[in-house]
Amino acid sequence: MAEKNRDLIRTGVVADRDRLEELLDDLVERVAREYAGEPDLAVVGVRAGGERLAHLLADRLAGLKGSPVPLGFVDITLYRDDIHRLGYLPEVGATEIDFPLDDVVVLLADDVLYTGRTVRAAIDELIDFGRPKAIRLVVVAERPGRELPLQPDYVGLHVTPAPGELVLVRLDDPEPGVFLYRR
Amino acid sequence: MLKSKDLLGIRELDIPEIELILDQTAKLEEVSTRAVKKLPALRGKIVANLFYTPSTRTRISFERACKALSADLINIGQLPSALGETLTDTALTLQAMGVDIIVVRHHLAGAPVQLARNIEASVINAGDGAHEHPTQALVDAYTIRRTLGRIEGLKVALLGDIRHASAAKSDLYCLVKLGAQVAVGAPSTLIPEGLSEFGCQVFHTVEEAVDAADVIITTRVSLDYGNDKLLPSLREYSRFYSLNTERLALAKPDVMILHSGAINRGVEITATVAERARPHLQRQIAAGVTLRMAVLYMLAMGKGVA
Repeated sequence: MAEKNRDLIRTGVVADRDRLEELLDDLVERVAREYAGEPDLAVVGVRAGGERLAHLLADRLAGLKGSPVPLGFVDITLYRDDIHRLGYLPEVGATEIDFPLDDVVVLLADDVLYTGRTVRAAIDELIDFGRPKAIRLVVVAERPGRELPLQPDYVGLHVTPAPGELVLVRLDDPEPGVFLYRR
Repeated sequence: MLKSKDLLGIRELDIPEIELILDQTAKLEEVSTRAVKKLPALRGKIVANLFYTPSTRTRISFERACKALSADLINIGQLPSALGETLTDTALTLQAMGVDIIVVRHHLAGAPVQLARNIEASVINAGDGAHEHPTQALVDAYTIRRTLGRIEGLKVALLGDIRHASAAKSDLYCLVKLGAQVAVGAPSTLIPEGLSEFGCQVFHTVEEAVDAADVIITTRVSLDYGNDKLLPSLREYSRFYSLNTERLALAKPDVMILHSGAINRGVEITATVAERARPHLQRQIAAGVTLRMAVLYMLAMGKGVA
């Protein structure tokens, strides 16, 4: 991540701290209300960007259901399709899924949906743990530029950046928000 | 990132490199608990196991690690040296066939180094004579750190055939680098000269070496040594040097016991102590696959990088 995002220049603010909190609340509430009645449910966050959203979803669902919802994380490093052309060694993070995925509805959480390649990798990894009943994709932000035929099920914010701009969601930094960057 | 394209010995690694390997191993540990114990990371990469001296555990451990990462593995069954081919010619042949990583075990110290200089493929030393066996030492370090939470400051006793065992030397270099206090305990014929220069204490009794030890690593003593002049007899070695219950009692009560290579029960370790060590040995073997996955991944990714 550090090597990928170095030398970025911020070119715009899509959502400031308050707007981000608001849209996260809305997104989490919308998804949680829809799935609170689902008996076999799990939440999985994509490392590292999807972790915060996954925690929020699992907490809200647990509140609505009155019982804990299994929460896990996938590190997709070893499933990347560009692993041999990065030019640096991507360090592997820990995948933590210590519950069965067979016949479970998985809410897969990530920060930004762009090319779809990360989500492809995450889905492949999930399927190595079992056969979920369904996988639903929940993202904080979505932008055009898909390279694979994948679409989100629940989106906090649609962003259309100028060519060459990146959309980054900062959740835990000193200054949270959704920002545009240019290299 | 590792600085070299090869993993030839612990002495070539610096502490951050060792810690990176151990940390990456920790991240991969959960793979063995999955329904599908296979990752796609090394799809399309080819690894060759080139073992000039016999080994079951190391060879199979590399094989498992390759398969868990989806690399294609070539096990060289019939040794090319039987046909008079040199090691480098064999390696160049493998390279021409597209092999990316060669895992080599050889009876001559330095053979993997020589090989690594002459080919572009990565070379992993899986034991070269009495010299080094870096992945085994990293496995031991990982197993100790995983179980006891640290290495720095621990008292580690190395017993058995320190002179001939490549793993014992690599264990010594690795554990000293990571801050352990290493004490070697073996008859003088099984300790190479000048070993204390590497930062360990050298004792000629097991009792002194295991005193208050947190970890004991025993190394296989070859059954052949009774027939040459290194040991008066295996029975005598067993009587004075075998890790038995009485000697074990001198170590810390919850001492961890590891062993490199196939066990000769009643020689370097008694059957009773080997049985007691069984859970640690199982953990050591399981960690071996995961650690070799981390090493294969790191070497394969390092290639092609400026």
